[in-house]
Amino acid sequence: MTMQAASTEIASRTAAIIDEMKGLEGPLLPILHSIQEEFGHVPKDALPVIADGLNLSRAEVHGVVSFYHDFRAKPAGRHVLKLCQAEACQSMGSEAVAAKVKQLLGIDFHETARDGSVTLEPVYCLGLCACSPSAMLDGEVIGRLDDEKIEEIVAEVRS
Amino acid sequence: MIPRIYIPADSGALALGAEKVARAIEKELKERGVEAKIVRNGSRGAYFLEPMVEVATAEGRVAYGPVKPSDVKSLFDSGFLKGGHHKRWLGAPDKIPFFAKQTRLTFARCGINDPLSLDAYKSLGGLRGLQNAVAIAPADIVKQVTESGLRGRGGAGFPTGIKWKTVLDTAGAQKYIVCNADEGDSATFADRMIMEGDPFVLIEGMAIAGIATGATKGFVYIRSEYPHAVATMNKAVAIARKAGVLGLNVLGSPNAFDMEIRVGAGAYVCGEETSLLNSLEGKRGVVRAKPPLPAIQGLFGKPTVINNVISLASVPVIMDKGAAYYKDFGMGRSRGTIPIQIAGNVRNGGLFETAFGLTLGEIVDEIGGGTASGRPVKAVQVGGPLGAYFPRALFDTPFDYEEFAKRDGLIGHAGITVFDDTADMMKQARFAMEFCAIESCGKCTPCRIGSTRGVEVLDKVAAGIEAEKNLALVTDLCNTMKFGSLCALGGFTPYPVMSSITHFPEDFKPAPARVAAE
Repeated sequence: MTMQAASTEIASRTAAIIDEMKGLEGPLLPILHSIQEEFGHVPKDALPVIADGLNLSRAEVHGVVSFYHDFRAKPAGRHVLKLCQAEACQSMGSEAVAAKVKQLLGIDFHETARDGSVTLEPVYCLGLCACSPSAMLDGEVIGRLDDEKIEEIVAEVRS
Repeated sequence: MIPRIYIPADSGALALGAEKVARAIEKELKERGVEAKIVRNGSRGAYFLEPMVEVATAEGRVAYGPVKPSDVKSLFDSGFLKGGHHKRWLGAPDKIPFFAKQTRLTFARCGINDPLSLDAYKSLGGLRGLQNAVAIAPADIVKQVTESGLRGRGGAGFPTGIKWKTVLDTAGAQKYIVCNADEGDSATFADRMIMEGDPFVLIEGMAIAGIATGATKGFVYIRSEYPHAVATMNKAVAIARKAGVLGLNVLGSPNAFDMEIRVGAGAYVCGEETSLLNSLEGKRGVVRAKPPLPAIQGLFGKPTVINNVISLASVPVIMDKGAAYYKDFGMGRSRGTIPIQIAGNVRNGGLFETAFGLTLGEIVDEIGGGTASGRPVKAVQVGGPLGAYFPRALFDTPFDYEEFAKRDGLIGHAGITVFDDTADMMKQARFAMEFCAIESCGKCTPCRIGSTRGVEVLDKVAAGIEAEKNLALVTDLCNTMKFGSLCALGGFTPYPVMSSITHFPEDFKPAPARVAAE
């Protein structure tokens, strides 16, 4: 019963978002961003509602959602830590940074800690290439990562 | 006069602690009972000096940097509000060698003032280009941009004026201006810096493009990894609309132009123009075959100008000072200035705008000051993940579209990543293939399958399995990808791979120790 209630709830909140945004030219990406903001991920139950609202097939909507790295199928941890692994950061030891963070958090890339505290993800460039290696924690940017900053980040996501 | 303190709110400065510095300065002002106005400016682009705090004194601006929160007390003790001496004292910003050597046309205002103050924008020459544009015929705007020699700064280097002319000459009830702000290449941050530090110059450039081609609607497609740029652009568009820079009557003229900010969703390939158009339309970011050109059938099938941020942001200065002024800078067929982004393992990293023509060696050694680690430079990658790795032997290459092409490289979006001698070029080549495999849109086979096979074959080389034969196979594969892929992702991935193999063959020899152990 609760599952059903949840899915009705998702459908109605999704429908409200679609109503608000369907007048945009090319509304699908803005709608998906709003849905992810609302629920923390793009719930499966939202897809048929979007398909209906925009007169698309469910397959088309699924195709778009699954194409983009940003859209999550399930909620992330309370914190999201993204470590840049692109070339400029590689030249400043981003691989060692990633290894250290993974070890301290006990998780790999694309995983969420078992206590739900943090999701760890690689990112390919944050545009902080003259401040490498860099990271983004919950939307805040951090440059020139060193052991001290890594420990600060780990302490923050664990608290 | 109340003293003014400038503390950058640019992402790069924030990543280096500018927010903490701002809070420490606020606290110190309060404790000392001193009145001062804090202005959050963009960054001027010297990231080795960020957070760079400036104060306005009677003799002009005085800069201090890199400032740490722990420096703040002593800065006040040294009388920094009057430009007093301190170990972080840098003097007048435009006298700092990194800035004094630059020619700033596109970035003339970036980092100087509050990026969201339209008055400050106008006080430094903003909107003069647009004013000139509304006073002349569209064809004359296009002519001026063509004559300036401006070429696409996103990487392809296609003449901007010719693209605009195609859109102007194509009939359509609705036309669009699309700004490609999906700056995904590692080592590049020029688009981010200008959107965060001088957003009105991009808005002005897009409005000029709209008036020149008969397009009334614009979109800026910004990657989601740039939340600060998205926020600043959204605010700037609202301000511009309120001030009549955008709307039904641009600057009071009969020309209508308005724009929207759109956010990407983490797909690197959406930096490719046709894939970006699909993404804006709400589809998978899959590459389209050309023709039809976007100029003829672009967004929603309508005639569309799609330009990079820096191309569009360079238009206002051309319309303000004239095509000849802009064209006078540069060399060969590369006219004007280019914001070179010096990144990675480099001592003086940042954005350096200059006329085309400096050699790679001058950029890396003299301006960049060599590596941050202090070790010798082994390789520099020019043009992002799809650009070639250059060894020191090619450091005499001038920064110019054609000169780089002659040496099997590209300048791309003008990002340079410096690597020291600890870099393993086989690993870098493998990464290029791996990145292509992760980011391929999947439409064409050479890119989708070739990249995965490339990783596998390079792994065999690394393991010492028939190394010579497998290297020949990689070369063959690169050839197929280069000539068989639909877009630059598959087509240019061979650049980093082949340049690594050609210039650093010693890194592709199987490690003797590894062979012996097996």
